[in-house]
Amino acid sequence: MFVLEVFISGLLSGVMYSLVALGFVLIFKASGVFNFAQGAMVLLAALTFVRFIEMGIPLWLAAIMTFGVMIVLAIFIERFLLRPLVNQPLITLFMLTIGLNYFLEGLAQAVWDAEVHGLDIGIEDVPWVGLEQATGLLISMFDVISALIAMGLVIILSIVFNKTKVGRALRAVSNDHQAAMSVGIPLNRIWVIVWAMSGLVALVAGALWGTRLGVQFSLSIVALKALPVLILGGFNSIMGAIVAGLIIGASEKLGEVFLGPYVGGGIESFFPYVLAMMVLFWRPQGLFGDVIIERV
Amino acid sequence: MSEAEALNDTPPAVADEKPLLQISNIEVIYDRVILVLRGVSLTIPKGGIVALLGANGAGKSTTLKAISGLLRSERGEVTKGSIEYEGKSILQNNATELVSRGLIQVMEGRHCFEHLTVDENLLTGAYTRRDGNAAVNRDLELVYSYFPRLKERRSVLAGYISGGEQQMTAIGRALMARPSLILLDEPSMGLAPQLVEEIFGIVTRLNEDEGVTFLLAEQNTNMALQYARYGYVLESGRVVLDGDAKSLRENEDVKEFYLGLSSGTRKSYRDVKHYRRRKRWL
Ligand SMILES: Nc1ncnc2c1ncn2[C@@H]1O[C@H](COP(=O)(O)OP(=O)(O)OP(=O)(O)O)[C@@H](O)[C@H]1O
Ligand SMILES: [Mg+2]
Repeated sequence: MFVLEVFISGLLSGVMYSLVALGFVLIFKASGVFNFAQGAMVLLAALTFVRFIEMGIPLWLAAIMTFGVMIVLAIFIERFLLRPLVNQPLITLFMLTIGLNYFLEGLAQAVWDAEVHGLDIGIEDVPWVGLEQATGLLISMFDVISALIAMGLVIILSIVFNKTKVGRALRAVSNDHQAAMSVGIPLNRIWVIVWAMSGLVALVAGALWGTRLGVQFSLSIVALKALPVLILGGFNSIMGAIVAGLIIGASEKLGEVFLGPYVGGGIESFFPYVLAMMVLFWRPQGLFGDVIIERV
Repeated sequence: MSEAEALNDTPPAVADEKPLLQISNIEVIYDRVILVLRGVSLTIPKGGIVALLGANGAGKSTTLKAISGLLRSERGEVTKGSIEYEGKSILQNNATELVSRGLIQVMEGRHCFEHLTVDENLLTGAYTRRDGNAAVNRDLELVYSYFPRLKERRSVLAGYISGGEQQMTAIGRALMARPSLILLDEPSMGLAPQLVEEIFGIVTRLNEDEGVTFLLAEQNTNMALQYARYGYVLESGRVVLDGDAKSLRENEDVKEFYLGLSSGTRKSYRDVKHYRRRKRWL
């Protein structure tokens, strides 16, 4: 019973990792660049959201307004950072996102502040009574609901990516941006869309993580949790981010409980990386990453 | 139709009609210092197939990119001259605008989206269209009717199809934009001769049946001059020779340098004659 509880709560916290990883995947898919600033975007979104709520703006309106801020951010990033640097080596873009990370962290705290803000989005972090009575399992209601929200978001994103014209264009741009340009796909607009989508993901991740940990600077470090998820799942797979998040969430909790006592605990902090590295030897592109096509 | 016209195998030249594309004396510079085109002028009549010939590095691809708006993303710039499409200057237009106006480039090396299926590749070509799904799907079937091989492979990732099929996918993808002018860059590259013939055959049919105009950059001079009606020869960024396909095929210099049919004694490399710049006044 206890094992099952650990496993399930591991899965549910894994969903939260998936959510952060998703933000990376979106941008990686469309521009081939690892967005180091994803953590800062989570922080910015969460801070903006919580301050709007503190101003007395209703929850739903605050969420929409924060999304609006993230869209404006996406437009700025495209106009002032990506456009001038088009066709520069990817490493240059990566450096750029490092700079962006610190800039956004600073900006978020300068515009708002560096205090810890409690965020209450109306879901309580208490055991799910119904489930406990029925099965005896102690699972947090908050975990369950945030997992559902994350799943909903993932389903929407998958549909957009795989079934719509814009999604097809996004994948085309990520595959070969010159060819995409040659058939008339407007790269600028595609980048704005992608960064706005990853801003939305950052907002959802920020709201859920922020509710749990409080909205504070350390939220931007949560993004590091996504790293092993990305390695394991593949940098360019939405599905990979989800499954890998679940695997890592569940296995780090189980590892902590069962292996922890033998090595003196603290497994959680490095176990995911060990797992991810092992997968790399077997599948360099990650579990679900695009197959590396050698021919052509 | 009079007897004389019927016997005439070239379309009647309409002297007063504006050409579809008119390039006058363009100069292209990469990275602000590398001068690659030094005064290139081309005229592409509506409904024509025009070949742009020349050796490696002559500037064929650069010319096509200058037209299609793809230069800027490679840090290239048209610094002199003019390019007019349907009578209007297009120097300031980007690729998206040009594609929606019916001018599209099929890039050298095919550039299919390897991680997208053949179907999806073709559909990306319709991105700029605003005439609805039904019309797009009709054109998808039309493209498959020209390339029946692709239809069999429509749900395969483009990274896994053969080189010839990729070339067909690249052309089909451009067709999905409903273009009036296709700039086709080295379609024969790396393909077996009979496949090249198959592809050029389809180009001819598209030209005749769908009314698509082609500007064809090719190193394969022999093949290009069999299918094109007019040709330009580029050398180091200049047009050194032009004429209708037949006269170019019979030109001694073309025979020697581009068709590898040397007549008489073989000259040493030193003697290779470089054409002097022909001034083209406008
Ligand atoms: N992005 C670029 N930056 C700098 N120089 C370039 C660039 N692209 C092409 N060049 C140079 O311009 C010249 C013409 O190149 P271009 O690709 O137009 O030739 P081409 O006739 O298409 O040759 P090929 O038959 O090999 O395709 C070459 O000397 C090439 O090195
Ligand atoms: Mg070329």
